[in-house]
Amino acid sequence: MNTLDIITWFVYLLSSVMFVMGLHCMNSPKTARTGNRISAAGMIIAVAMAFIHLFATGFASSLAIVLLVLGILIGSAAGVYSARKVKMTDMPQLVSVFNTVGGGAAALVALNDILTSEGTPTLVVLITAGLGVVIGSVTFTGSLIAAGKLQGVSLIKNLKLPAKAVWNVLFALLTVLCLVMLCLNPDNRTPWALLTAIFALGYGLVFVIPIGGADMPVVISVLNACTGTAVAMNGLAIDNVALIVAGALVGAAGATLSVLMAQAMNRPLLSVLAGGFGGSSVSASQDQGAQGTMKETTPDDVAVQLVYADKVIFVPGFGLAQAQAQRELADLGELLKGHGVEVSYAIHPVAGRMPGHMNVLLAEANVPYEELIDLDDINPQFPSANVALVVGANDVTNPAARRPGTAVSGMPILDVDKAQHVVVLKRGRGKGYAGIENELYFNPNTQMLFNDAKVSLQAIIASVKELIA
Amino acid sequence: MNSLVIAITLFILALLIGVEVIGKVPATLHTPLMSGANSIHGIVIVGVVIIATEAHSPLSYVLIFLAAILGAMNVVGGYVVTDRMLEMFKSSKSGRKKNKDDQNHQASAVPVANAEDGGADK
Repeated sequence: MNTLDIITWFVYLLSSVMFVMGLHCMNSPKTARTGNRISAAGMIIAVAMAFIHLFATGFASSLAIVLLVLGILIGSAAGVYSARKVKMTDMPQLVSVFNTVGGGAAALVALNDILTSEGTPTLVVLITAGLGVVIGSVTFTGSLIAAGKLQGVSLIKNLKLPAKAVWNVLFALLTVLCLVMLCLNPDNRTPWALLTAIFALGYGLVFVIPIGGADMPVVISVLNACTGTAVAMNGLAIDNVALIVAGALVGAAGATLSVLMAQAMNRPLLSVLAGGFGGSSVSASQDQGAQGTMKETTPDDVAVQLVYADKVIFVPGFGLAQAQAQRELADLGELLKGHGVEVSYAIHPVAGRMPGHMNVLLAEANVPYEELIDLDDINPQFPSANVALVVGANDVTNPAARRPGTAVSGMPILDVDKAQHVVVLKRGRGKGYAGIENELYFNPNTQMLFNDAKVSLQAIIASVKELIA
Repeated sequence: MNSLVIAITLFILALLIGVEVIGKVPATLHTPLMSGANSIHGIVIVGVVIIATEAHSPLSYVLIFLAAILGAMNVVGGYVVTDRMLEMFKSSKSGRKKNKDDQNHQASAVPVANAEDGGADK
């Protein structure tokens, strides 16, 4: 190691430390933005050092450098444009798209290591770079399909894969086979490397296509972990500390989040990844839906209950975001607070389309984050709440989850039914994602207001204003 | 071989740090966290710069150009969108101040008007 290499090593180490610090600062909304900036600064330092090293040691071809810089400029412009334009409700798709391109880049770098190395690459390079190609390619096509499903692209949404198990096993086996052949025949590496990439790309497709749209957040998180691992494999192949540490961090983050998410959805991670929720389990539970009559109410009546309450808990679900009514809910909260009512928001871990998505959507509507309260902290508060206002949330409020034998059994739920009065804003009488009736709706203390959440909330706001004035 | 052993050690230790640090992040921030972690794997752009040093064949020119576009989009877009999300997370401190102002004005319609102004700013 010469002096420059040692300096470079420590600079990469510094940026790795900054990534850890950045992630650490994410443990509180107060410091999270700073954390993201520390992480970004670490990234800038690492890229700058890579360029300094490049110019200090010389390079083989100026054309490569021109293309490199041009590519970075084009990619940055595309990244900034999409990051600025995206709507907060579409955030999961964008994360998936960025994951797609990251996985693609990792696969290309790994492919380059194998195909264009001087002489025969060592076995270590073949294995690590080979894994980089495999994991990066799977992520590329997998995330692309996931993004398409979330965006609701009908072509992708309607894709069906008969005999999915056969295809999955077939592509997995072929990918592994080609990877092994690549490692055994380094002199004939070009065709094997390309075949490995092609079968891995195919595996990404057959892996994600059978998984239902509602499970995409878990898939994205798993694929995020995959990209991290692919990057770390690249780091091992080119012996770079920054890639190894950053890749491992992301791998750990993705894996941890996937497990947390699967727990919140009350399903083993493997069953999510095997696809096929909404099949037999749902039809079996069909007959044990709750019975009884639902009590309907009017916006004026809801307004009276809210204005004369001491404590109100809002329970937002993805129906709120679908109706684009976050701002209306926040306005109603502000009105009630101005009138002296205590208002808080109960956030279920899987409210929205990815974990924490509802928090982002409400933050966009200017709800202070202290009022957004997690499941464990809000549940003890329901008995003391005069009104629980459920907007577009269904399965996460179903008391049936407390006893065994239903499709939602064991799922952590919000104890909405323990509030003195429950008002449910719901678009129609349809069932939730789990496909069963919500027993909450038949409780004597529950009232239903059927309409688009935005229309209902606007009507409630109007009559609350009249009452206060 | 020696450097590979060190590299694998680093990989394992970093995994453990990752699990430890991520476990402490509250559910409130899971979406920005996922997006932030997503931008960190854009570090692959450093790998692109490194392989560009030795590139001299048309094949590697193509691979590097494509990888640079994809990697840069990942890293730049990821950080910008995460920052945009985190910018929106506001404490009730600023909110409370606003409420006080509203009460001073003594008009019930003011909070809604304020919220609408906030919307127009976006």
